[in-house]
Amino acid sequence: MTIEITASNVYDLAPADLVQGDRVAGRMYTDPEIFEQEMTRIFEHTWIWVAHESELPKPGSFKSTYVGRQPVIVSRDRKGAIHTLVNRCRHRGASLCEKRTGEANGFTCPYHAWSYSLDGKLRGIPYPEGYEGVIDKSELSLKRLRTESYGGMVFATLDEDIEPLEEFLGDVKLWIDRFMKQGGGYPIKVLGTHQFTFGGNWKIQLENTTDGYHFPIVHRSWMASVDAETADMMSFMTDPEATTHDLGNGHSVAQMVPEHSDLDADDGTEKLQDRFDDLIDDLRAANLSDSAIRKVILAMHGTGFNLNLFPNVSMSAAFFRVLRPISVDKTVIEHVAIGPDGPDEVVGPVNRARLRVHEHFQGPFGFGTPDDAEGWDRVQRGAQGAPEMPILVNRGTAREKPSPEGWPTSHVTDETGMRAAYAQWKQMMSDD
Amino acid sequence: MTETLTETATPSLTDPRVLRGIELTWREADLLDRKEYEAWNALYAEDGLYVIPIDPTTTDFDNTLNMVYDDARMRGMRVTRMTEGHAIAAVDSATTARTVSRFVPVEVSDAEVVLRASQVLVAYKRGRHDLWAGDVEYRIRLGATPAEDLIALKVVRLVDSEAAVPAAGFLL
Repeated sequence: MTIEITASNVYDLAPADLVQGDRVAGRMYTDPEIFEQEMTRIFEHTWIWVAHESELPKPGSFKSTYVGRQPVIVSRDRKGAIHTLVNRCRHRGASLCEKRTGEANGFTCPYHAWSYSLDGKLRGIPYPEGYEGVIDKSELSLKRLRTESYGGMVFATLDEDIEPLEEFLGDVKLWIDRFMKQGGGYPIKVLGTHQFTFGGNWKIQLENTTDGYHFPIVHRSWMASVDAETADMMSFMTDPEATTHDLGNGHSVAQMVPEHSDLDADDGTEKLQDRFDDLIDDLRAANLSDSAIRKVILAMHGTGFNLNLFPNVSMSAAFFRVLRPISVDKTVIEHVAIGPDGPDEVVGPVNRARLRVHEHFQGPFGFGTPDDAEGWDRVQRGAQGAPEMPILVNRGTAREKPSPEGWPTSHVTDETGMRAAYAQWKQMMSDD
Repeated sequence: MTETLTETATPSLTDPRVLRGIELTWREADLLDRKEYEAWNALYAEDGLYVIPIDPTTTDFDNTLNMVYDDARMRGMRVTRMTEGHAIAAVDSATTARTVSRFVPVEVSDAEVVLRASQVLVAYKRGRHDLWAGDVEYRIRLGATPAEDLIALKVVRLVDSEAAVPAAGFLL
């Protein structure tokens, strides 16, 4: 049953009633109580992306990050297994690790020097005589989250009972496989991370990576600054082949450049962009074959789609977008640059060029990100008005049809991906 | 005291060449606060670089991800972006007031002055004040006259460069 949202009932309705298929109430962005519920009902009960395996290249590598609002350490132990550990000493609760990345033999609390191994086991306690007959060290390991990976993407969850990661991803796995082809024959590694904040609710960003509609408007400045070939590549507004699929479980894929959805499906007719002529010369000098060069160059802008995973990561063309909710009206975003991992004479020039492409659009001073952030800031400010009034996510409902694979599909400028995410949100936020 | 003070290699703040360098950095700061981006860009040498790195210790900007890594081409496009009216972040950008001070002359010759300084910038937008603090390194190429002095390198190393900063519609 759909309840009509009015000014007099909007604050009485259960959160799940605020999502009505093709529209959601503005209160979804502004109500601190809804935010609190999201942090437990969603972020503590689903798979949250925490790392790419290349960020943990060897035994002892670690990264500190968050699952929802909970600080965690992602570590690789001596046997190569990856663990996600709550970054909180079992003694009095101090955080163990405040470095973003690094290498360690284990983690020692700065407060009373309780020390833990890379897999979270309590190894040592200073002056242990006071604990004789009091504690059993084997019961005081760091709290460990379930951690599973697919295609190099590492996810963790605080919920012991939810489905395995691969089941949660479902049809997304095919698209992760395609995304990773942008290594051009090499594995993918993380090159660097931009981080920025914006004064708005996390769902505004969740929507944005599946919002093809905003691109030529918000990113007019970036479009004007790139070469004609790149601008043409991103001219998907009226391309009927450019579509968005709802992949289930809140996930979706927006194909802006469908001819680059599968980078292996190259028939050799596409001209390599002139802007990469110098890079091609470097790769020839490194004795890379013409076909290998072509593979790498076609992948310079990444894959032709944004794969939006509910709730916190998007595999977006040539980078990962990671969102971290801070409060109802503050969110931290990471833009993680990626590139091929291989011999330096090949990947060196490729990754230098990829870093420059990334810097051009992304990050707090990029030619794209600040304009996005301005748009999102405006949504948060505007949504304070008329909280009962719907935020419309109905673009393309009349032209949404199942694809041959059975995925609900419409144009890439339509809001199919947002509807998919909100359907998942509604399910996770409902009391049923 | 019997020890004789010897002339050190440390350049003096009162060296006229150092003063020329400081004057140029202040002119630049004023142009940026006033958002006079075309005049700002004219202060840079053709081979000049304007950098805001993420890794505060790196000098290998080529092989690392930066917030800004502008050569003349990128700076020119950036000026267009900031001034042409299509970038909504620039159109509605914060108002800024910055102070560049605590100058340390690092190298001085008749051709070039290298300075370190600190910069504290407050950006105000829609009821919010953001603080941007950092060290700045300037490499200034001295011309035949002070009016011909140019910035060959400016590197802004933010105190929070490795943390999340706001997305900006202005330049540091």
